[in-house]
Amino acid sequence: MRFTVKTSAGLLAAALALTACGGTKGGDNDTASGNGGSGSCENVAIGYFGALTGPAANLGINIRNGVKLAVDKHNKDNADCKVDLKEYDSAGDPNQATGLATQAIGDDSVIGVVGPAFSGESETAGPIFAEGGLPTITASATNPTLADNGWDTFHRILGNDASQGPAAASYIQDVLKSKKVFVVDDASAYGKGLADIVNKTLGDTVGGTDTIQTGQTDFSATVTKIRDSGADAVFFGGYYAEAGLLVEQMRGAGVDATFVVADGVKDPGFIEAAGDAAEGTIITCPCLPPEESQDFFKAFQAAFDSAPATYSAEAYDAANVFLQGIDKGNTDRESLLKWVNSYEGDGITKKIKFDDKGEVENISVWAYKVENGKIVADQEIKTN
Amino acid sequence: MTFLLNNFVELTVTGLVLGAVYGLVALGYTLVYGVLQLINFAHSEVWMFGSFAAVWVTVAIGAGPDSGIAVAIGVLLLALLAAMVVSGAVALLIERVAYRRLIRLDAPKLVTLISAIGASFALAEIMGLRDRLAEALGLRDELNSYVRSARDNTRFLNPLETHGVFNIGRYTVSNVDIIIIVSALVMMVALDQFIRRTHTGRGIRAVAQDSEAAALMGVNRNRIIRATFLVGGVMAGAAALLYLMRFGVTRWNAGFLLGVKAFTAAVLGGIGNVRGALLGGFVLGLAENYGSALVGSEWRDVVAFLLLVVILLFRPSGLLGESLGRARA
Amino acid sequence: MTEPKPPANAAASSGATKASPSAGTKPVASGGTSSRRFGWDRGALARRVTALPTPVKWLLIALFVVFLYALPLLEIPIISTPDTDFGAVLFTVASYVLVALGLNIVLGYAGLLDLGYVGFYAVGAYTVAVLGSFQAHLSWWMLIPLAVLFSTISGLLLGAPTLRVRGDYLAIVTLGFGEIIRLTALNTEWLGAAKGITQVPRPPSVEWFEIPHLQWDGFTAFIDLGDTTKFLFFGVADQAPYYWLALTVIFLVLGADRMLRRSRVGRSWEATREDEDAAELMGVPTFRFKLLAFACGAFIGGLSGALFASRQGFINPESFQLLLSILFVAAVVVGGAGNIYGVTLGAIVVGYLPERFRGFEEWRLLVFGVALILLANFRPQGLLPPRRAKRAIAADEQLEALEEGTARV
Repeated sequence: MRFTVKTSAGLLAAALALTACGGTKGGDNDTASGNGGSGSCENVAIGYFGALTGPAANLGINIRNGVKLAVDKHNKDNADCKVDLKEYDSAGDPNQATGLATQAIGDDSVIGVVGPAFSGESETAGPIFAEGGLPTITASATNPTLADNGWDTFHRILGNDASQGPAAASYIQDVLKSKKVFVVDDASAYGKGLADIVNKTLGDTVGGTDTIQTGQTDFSATVTKIRDSGADAVFFGGYYAEAGLLVEQMRGAGVDATFVVADGVKDPGFIEAAGDAAEGTIITCPCLPPEESQDFFKAFQAAFDSAPATYSAEAYDAANVFLQGIDKGNTDRESLLKWVNSYEGDGITKKIKFDDKGEVENISVWAYKVENGKIVADQEIKTN
Repeated sequence: MTFLLNNFVELTVTGLVLGAVYGLVALGYTLVYGVLQLINFAHSEVWMFGSFAAVWVTVAIGAGPDSGIAVAIGVLLLALLAAMVVSGAVALLIERVAYRRLIRLDAPKLVTLISAIGASFALAEIMGLRDRLAEALGLRDELNSYVRSARDNTRFLNPLETHGVFNIGRYTVSNVDIIIIVSALVMMVALDQFIRRTHTGRGIRAVAQDSEAAALMGVNRNRIIRATFLVGGVMAGAAALLYLMRFGVTRWNAGFLLGVKAFTAAVLGGIGNVRGALLGGFVLGLAENYGSALVGSEWRDVVAFLLLVVILLFRPSGLLGESLGRARA
Repeated sequence: MTEPKPPANAAASSGATKASPSAGTKPVASGGTSSRRFGWDRGALARRVTALPTPVKWLLIALFVVFLYALPLLEIPIISTPDTDFGAVLFTVASYVLVALGLNIVLGYAGLLDLGYVGFYAVGAYTVAVLGSFQAHLSWWMLIPLAVLFSTISGLLLGAPTLRVRGDYLAIVTLGFGEIIRLTALNTEWLGAAKGITQVPRPPSVEWFEIPHLQWDGFTAFIDLGDTTKFLFFGVADQAPYYWLALTVIFLVLGADRMLRRSRVGRSWEATREDEDAAELMGVPTFRFKLLAFACGAFIGGLSGALFASRQGFINPESFQLLLSILFVAAVVVGGAGNIYGVTLGAIVVGYLPERFRGFEEWRLLVFGVALILLANFRPQGLLPPRRAKRAIAADEQLEALEEGTARV
């Protein structure tokens, strides 16, 4: 915690002016650093940290919208406690993230951050947040090693690659009873991390692998490889944009292997991109089925004219963890961090409780299925 | 290696399909380069706007895959027309805003490149912000089906169902494959004839060869420059529709990568050379597919660029040489 | 062409002479008029400064240098970035300046359009990261020279075959090279692949004393003892020391650049850029000098990349996108290729403006694109054109005046 009482006693008001202007800037209204009780949340903000522009803007906007929905709802329900939302648009770029994170810890009104959205920017922003004592909950960065850096401010509200990969593998093995699996990844930290784990878990049943690049649209060579391998299931580690194109090109070339993907594809954009080809796709996700959160779906749809997309629900949950803490009077970083560390409650995606490393405990991975152009819950995946 | 040989036909056909799209976009780069010796960096956005025009036509009509062959052809032609008109218009806009003043000032080439880069950024962002723009205009609700999820993939409701036509070996060639390759060839031949035979085409060649002499002979250089941008834009519009028939989606920043590849294809074939552009496209498309088959798809762009370097080392002005000005009449 | 060939503008690449038809275009000298119309009279200011007595000049320069070093502490309103950390922006700007100075040698002096400059930047950064953290643990003092060495070597390796290719072909070949470097890093486990490399060594710290920052309330400044920078501690949150380091490197590079430009090497570059064949004829081994330019450019690019990696502590291939190469070229050209102060200004424009105007939110890239178009159209010689271009324009104007009427069709 950076003590914000500006010891500006020695205001030498350098060469410029000697107006005795003792007022200090920044949000040092709540230096009381205690549980002042609810209602005193003036000048309190939570941040969203991630891409709003640049090539990954689509993913970032989904997450921001989840946070925004939670904050707006909170402010509507609690007229006496308006929480600000500050957006830090990193464009997903680790370099920009450095400056923004430094800015965020310097802004005393920001006491919690949802993000950083991607693993890369988390690597540069994480240590800065840790130094500033600013609690973060990421709703989308899934690189397992992020939790091993010893940043006490780090929390992750979704399963990392290590928890989801084995689940996807066991679904392929036990439910699909696949004889031969083809594993594709998109060379991103997320996709490759996931595909490597699936690959390792499946072992001998893997009949071939290939790597595409994000941003590409032509996957004909990959499709040819899949067909040539004779696989009856294809696992793809990556995001929905490429997943949609890949499955469409697979079906177009007459490959009817079951398409299995992970939470980065659980997005209406996948169905938009793939059209009918999306039918029957299996999506694993460490999130509870949406039937239990219909209100969220309706509110989201009403606010943004689109169905909740990848990680929107996780972001909503993450923001709510902070907001509930603020309502309980934790209006500075130190107490809010304590609040998050000991939080226990039901979110719309899962039961939320963080372990020592900031990972969420008791993750249950569910399989979803695309049916009639909708993503519907299929079954819970048990890993052994 | 055995994989490549076993699937040679499939890799070749899909490579040619991709190459045809590269080639058609490359025509725009090649034409402008031939006439102005400038890299029209904003050409990728010309293509991108065309692709959205085609998408919006299908959205407006709302014809799905099961509306019969006659309707399908009608819708496709309409989408083609829209894409060509919009792409042509955007190309002219770029010429007007980013080029005309600099050409008149006889400014350094590099500055013109920067101006085009600026135009490219601005155009891509306009498409990426179209929901916000509609909001600012107060038309968000009216235009919702056109501007929703502006930063995301937008689907082209292809009215033509893909189906196999005949088999070569193990690969079934589809109707879309045939349409794309044949259209690209037809467009290229038409353009070639246009440049050889028409008055404007002769003007383009004359300006490309020696713009001063052409001007002295009474060729209106500015008109020719506009015609060049327009023709390049129209070709990009056609490429946009073909691309959508194959890949089905477009997005605000899809132009950038395609543009880089198309420019590579133009250089590969010999920049300034109309036939070279298509040949370059085909070679690049094939190289990408064969390369992916041999060393893995993650190295596909590396293979493409290495091929470019090697070809330029042995044939310093591309496969067919620079020849827009030298084409026989 | 019967009339004497107008000297190509300094910023033009080697092929430009072919592309400068003077017939059919209005015989108005280009940059001359536009700079008069849209710029201030720089000549007068320069004359006034040169007229000052030498000690005063040195004092002014010294004050300015001190001001530059003090920037992150002053946090002056208007200049300072309201939506992101000013120190971090200053470092980004400084690394852009460094890159622009390097690219200026390639683009401005030798006239070679390099669209893959980010490749050298990446080689420098990856050398530090791979040998400092991922595969070995060399000391930071070893890593910087190694980074520079490897990037220079990569410059020579790329240059040797490709510099035989002329003009715009070079642009696409270098573009390809930049992409190959990025994709190789992305697809090679040994280089960290997409996950990138963490724990990149930071410069060694000495912790001598603390310097307080200024706080501003309107136009009143007061010293904020709660917000200090430790001299000289290279940590994660405080970016000022990294900026100081980069600024120091910039001054060193500026000095070296000045020496180089005024030597035989600089004149050979100029000759090669203006007319390669003529230069060759006059006995300039143009290929060797082009290669040297490439190597010098790569050297500085690698240095900048190395600083970038050790500031950031983490790198992944995402940081070396093709787009960055294009921004680098934009920085050099917008500023005025060939003029070190111009490219410095250009780098500041490209690195600083998008961060300063974060208030535009999602619109800022659109604004940036429009700004590029406007800058290119209204200052086609760059913000600060090289002196060489100004001479050429003056000669052009004289020539046009003599031929009044004949050039217009």
